[in-house]
Amino acid sequence: MESTLLLVHTEADGALAKPALEALTSALALGGELTVGLVGGAVEAAARIAAAAGALRILAVSGDEFTQPRYATDAAAAEAIARAAGAAIVLAPATARWSRALPGAAYRLGGRIDTHATGLAVRDGAPAVTRWFYRQRMEAVLTRTARPWFVLLDVGCVTPWEGAPAASAQLETIAVAAPESRTTVTGVQAPKADEQTIRPDAKLLFVAGAGWTKKQPDGAVHIEEAQQLILGALRGAQASLGGSKSLVDSTGEGEAVLPFMTHLNQVGQTGSTPRHQKGLSTCCHGEEPHVVGWRFVTERRAVNLDANCGWARGKADVVYVADAFAVVRELNRLLA
Amino acid sequence: MSTPLQIVVCGSIVPDPLQTLEPVTSPGGPALKNEMMLPAVLDPWASHALYEAAHLAQAHPGSKVWLVSMGPKAKLQQVMMTVAQKVPFELVAIDGTASGFADSFATAAALAGAIEAIPGLDKSRLLLFGGWESASRGAGSTIQMTAERLGITEQFQGVDRIAVRQDGSFEILERIEGGRHQVSVCTAPPAALGWATGFLPEPRNNPQVGMANMKAIMPALMRAKPATATDPGLAYVSVSLPKQQRETRIEKNMTPEEIAREIAAWIRED
Repeated sequence: MESTLLLVHTEADGALAKPALEALTSALALGGELTVGLVGGAVEAAARIAAAAGALRILAVSGDEFTQPRYATDAAAAEAIARAAGAAIVLAPATARWSRALPGAAYRLGGRIDTHATGLAVRDGAPAVTRWFYRQRMEAVLTRTARPWFVLLDVGCVTPWEGAPAASAQLETIAVAAPESRTTVTGVQAPKADEQTIRPDAKLLFVAGAGWTKKQPDGAVHIEEAQQLILGALRGAQASLGGSKSLVDSTGEGEAVLPFMTHLNQVGQTGSTPRHQKGLSTCCHGEEPHVVGWRFVTERRAVNLDANCGWARGKADVVYVADAFAVVRELNRLLA
Repeated sequence: MSTPLQIVVCGSIVPDPLQTLEPVTSPGGPALKNEMMLPAVLDPWASHALYEAAHLAQAHPGSKVWLVSMGPKAKLQQVMMTVAQKVPFELVAIDGTASGFADSFATAAALAGAIEAIPGLDKSRLLLFGGWESASRGAGSTIQMTAERLGITEQFQGVDRIAVRQDGSFEILERIEGGRHQVSVCTAPPAALGWATGFLPEPRNNPQVGMANMKAIMPALMRAKPATATDPGLAYVSVSLPKQQRETRIEKNMTPEEIAREIAAWIRED
């Protein structure tokens, strides 16, 4: 097996987040010589983890300039580490930070990059990457001869590496002059804790469709009650909220809207493809462009008034033909 | 006083999301069955980038928007009939593949070459737009590599908003993990932005805009230069459709209370 560099960035507290530990699992599974490259404000704690995992070399670019996720500094740090490591294969977790910066680093090194890898195997002594095409509609296995070959690994595909950090680690610091940048990261905008509806680690994905905002059997729209029921279900089940395109789009079309539902929640062809153990769809027809976003949701149930909806055609495990308002009202009582 | 912007949007065409797709093996590698017959649309993320570009250009008089699009000429012509109705832009067409199995490195080379050749483009004022994903390959790397080729090192991905300030600097919201946004300020162009979905609705069709656009689109298609986006070192071992078809249990006669009890028990299972 060719030499591998695992590139990870540390968090603000110097630790490695779950995506980095998952990528460590994948890198170790490839076999061969492993170098770990660390980028961040502080890297010592992460270096001890890399040492415990058996990294042959540990390279680091650290300092205040490399604390903030920013293209110019991140690409420069990754480029410097990759040059120093000289590895044929460069693995990294598909975090927002690396997804932004590593394609540029790959270009500078004359390499190639593949993103959204969901699997990695050794084939004839070289890696073979599994990834999806056309928004999770077809799966392909591919290999490349160009080196360095950067591969960004999707989060949630393997078990994170677990183990006690080593007592010490031999760290090779690489001096990188932070490139001039016109960009300053000024902060992070996040919903208030009690308004947070996206929970990537939640066991359940609760998906709301446009039916919640349509006229109900009494001929009226019950948007207030829909809000309360959906938020109640999220609280009771500690679920993450997804939405269909038609529902999130209604915000811009002057229709009745759920104020907490944004494009960030959208699941499907033009939205996200989240990974959750379970998914419960409500008031959503289960059309193909939406359901491709459920590719990585293992157990699927749906509540829908239409017994012939898309979910019923082999896309869900169970379809309950019922009024979602009545079902979720009762569900919330049970989960309270 | 606002400074005119030069905005280049990169975006290709993809099969209409409602179409059933099936992979086949062609002499050039994997392809889609009846690919040339499938109805196509401008990629949804590229569309958002185009609408954001037009919105920005409208707010800054004197600004200009180009759409650089690579795809088979005949398909580009079809799609542009619709896209042209939406917002004003000038098309730069590249006659090449729009396949999801193309390579982002080679695609970036073709895009950068076409952008370099745009007459009168002032790269010091350039905002390079595109989608951070696509409904074909979803490479998430083409914009970065195109920008690198153009010497642009202020880059942002998963962008939902850009707000240009009076002094010409701009604030950008980028999607990051956990449903959050990273906020950055860039003092001036050039910069590259890979767009998420943003907050703008799809513009309504405007026949007048369509007629104005089409006058330039047909000559642009005639001028389209051929380009390849393949990498001889890239090999596909397999391409297949997922085979999982679930045995769906359809419950028509349960009361809401019974359903809720069953769902609650299911949620509580490990």
